[in-house]
Amino acid sequence: MIEARKLGRRFGEKRVLHRVDLDVPRGGFAVVTGPNGSGKTTLLRICAGLAIPTEGTLAVAAARREIGFLAHEPLVYRELTALENLELYGRLYRIRERRERIGMLLERFGLWDVRHERVASYSRGMAQRLALCRVLLHEPALLILDEPYTALDAQGAELLDEQLGELRGERTLLVSTHDPLRVDPLATQRLALA
Amino acid sequence: MNYVADIRALTRKDLLLEVRARDTLPAMLVFVVAIFVVFHFALPAHSSALAARGLLWVAIMFTALLALGRAFVPEREQRVLDALVLAPSDRSAIWIAKTLATLAFLVAVEIVAVPLFALFFHGVDGATIAAFALADIGICGVGTFVGAMAVATRARDLLLPLLFLPLAIPIVIGGVGASVVSAPGRYLAFLALYDLLFAVVCWAAFEYVVTE
Amino acid sequence: MSPARHNSGLMARIPLPALATATLALVTTALCFVFFVAPNDADQGFSQRIFYFHVSIAFTAYACFIGGAWKALRYLWKRDPSADLESYVGVHQGVIFGSLVLLTGSIWAKISWGHWWLWSENQLVLFLVLFLFYCAYFMLRYSLDDGPQRANLCAVYALFGVVLIPVSFLAIRLAQRFIHPVVFTSHGPNFHGWILVTYCISQAAMFVLAYTLYRVELAGKRLDRRLRDLRRAYA
Repeated sequence: MIEARKLGRRFGEKRVLHRVDLDVPRGGFAVVTGPNGSGKTTLLRICAGLAIPTEGTLAVAAARREIGFLAHEPLVYRELTALENLELYGRLYRIRERRERIGMLLERFGLWDVRHERVASYSRGMAQRLALCRVLLHEPALLILDEPYTALDAQGAELLDEQLGELRGERTLLVSTHDPLRVDPLATQRLALA
Repeated sequence: MNYVADIRALTRKDLLLEVRARDTLPAMLVFVVAIFVVFHFALPAHSSALAARGLLWVAIMFTALLALGRAFVPEREQRVLDALVLAPSDRSAIWIAKTLATLAFLVAVEIVAVPLFALFFHGVDGATIAAFALADIGICGVGTFVGAMAVATRARDLLLPLLFLPLAIPIVIGGVGASVVSAPGRYLAFLALYDLLFAVVCWAAFEYVVTE
Repeated sequence: MSPARHNSGLMARIPLPALATATLALVTTALCFVFFVAPNDADQGFSQRIFYFHVSIAFTAYACFIGGAWKALRYLWKRDPSADLESYVGVHQGVIFGSLVLLTGSIWAKISWGHWWLWSENQLVLFLVLFLFYCAYFMLRYSLDDGPQRANLCAVYALFGVVLIPVSFLAIRLAQRFIHPVVFTSHGPNFHGWILVTYCISQAAMFVLAYTLYRVELAGKRLDRRLRDLRRAYA
């Protein structure tokens, strides 16, 4: 699914990634670890197609509509409600039976009751759960999650554990974390960045 | 068509954001009235009606700059633009939607500003209204494009007027020309040409502004 | 000199010393022609000769901007990695020559009509607008970190510039109708005989000068880049 050879990325003078190799087969679960500043986010952004590498090659066998990307920020509009946000993404991703799917996800992640409230009023954990809904909305074949557990509360973390357990094997997963113990049992391969 | 549906969804989102926040439109209205008052004191006695008309265009330009500076703020604040860019829709739809939303705000302000101008200074004729209609398209199209560029830089608010104003000079010429000259056809045609040319360039190039 | 693998173009293979010699020869010839061969202008006399440089520098500036835009297009379209730097240097040369246009134009205006600035001179006003536009190009470039995004944005902006040139020119001509009812006639001498020859030599000299400066600056910047890459490789 993902084939990266000697991937490098520089921001001005600073080199953030250096000669990274990554091979994730379809259905694989890759976990990327490393301290802060080791380039995990950059690597994931490159795989998602948001950045291009300044060195090396990358091949990702998934079209844009098949990729779901979870960033540090929830990537939702704070002044809109959860429902409005998901409606927008639902339309952009041309999801069939949009209403049902949105409803199902909101319920699964415990946001159904607050669906008509603006995201600005959510806690960090709730916003991150909404971000997960956004990511899973279009049932992507490739899920790229950047430190998904960081902003989640305990309830959210459990839901995510469940979700990852379900998706594993069916979808391809690329997850970065600096707490590897949580996802390690599920991983099929590990990459540690210096 | 999917493309149109994307534009509709995105425009709806932008208009909804403004309705919720309610900051840009009131600010633009107050700004335009304040500028008119400044103009009154900036125009010495015996200034012609034509000078006042020219200043009307200046007022609209700078009021538009206010809106353009705010155009990509929601996307910039939490990098929501990343999510829009990741979506399977054509990236130019983002530009069109922003242009349409900014256009709506600008027209709303002009609906108040132009009669107010007539009240404070002199009336405006049909050619001026037509010129505004054409110029607004150019201002919003080029302005939102350049706004997206500015948002990606370190200097942001500083850069937007610098990037926008040289490109906007032809619009001012076309607009003021149509307002003051007795045969405005040429200037209106020029504005239409400007709109067409830059709409095509912006539409084709927006992809490169939001992606790497 | 770094290997010429960056460009496969024919022009790029001309060695720099040859270009420099050609520039020197042409500029000297042009100066001779302008000062000794070209006839005196009936209206303005000896001082009108600056016109030869003013116009040829103007066209050279246009050529630089168009060249910069062409390289920008190559960067966006073909993803040619060296095109970003080439586009930047092209625009830079354009701004240098553009400033000279404003300078020579101002001198010409003072000599011919007694004012250091004339809003009725279309070419001059156009270059003022373009100068502003391309100044913003540099501000854009310096407010971004080196990388794909900076190259993208600068390339797009350079392309906008080339669309702006004819549009602005048209606009400025239209503006003259309501800005300046009195238009100064006789913009320049009729082109014939020695005047035409002198102009052609001056134009050729300016083109070659611009290209030589372009190559020199490009070589310098490439050297800087190689040095930086080497430093990083050892870091």
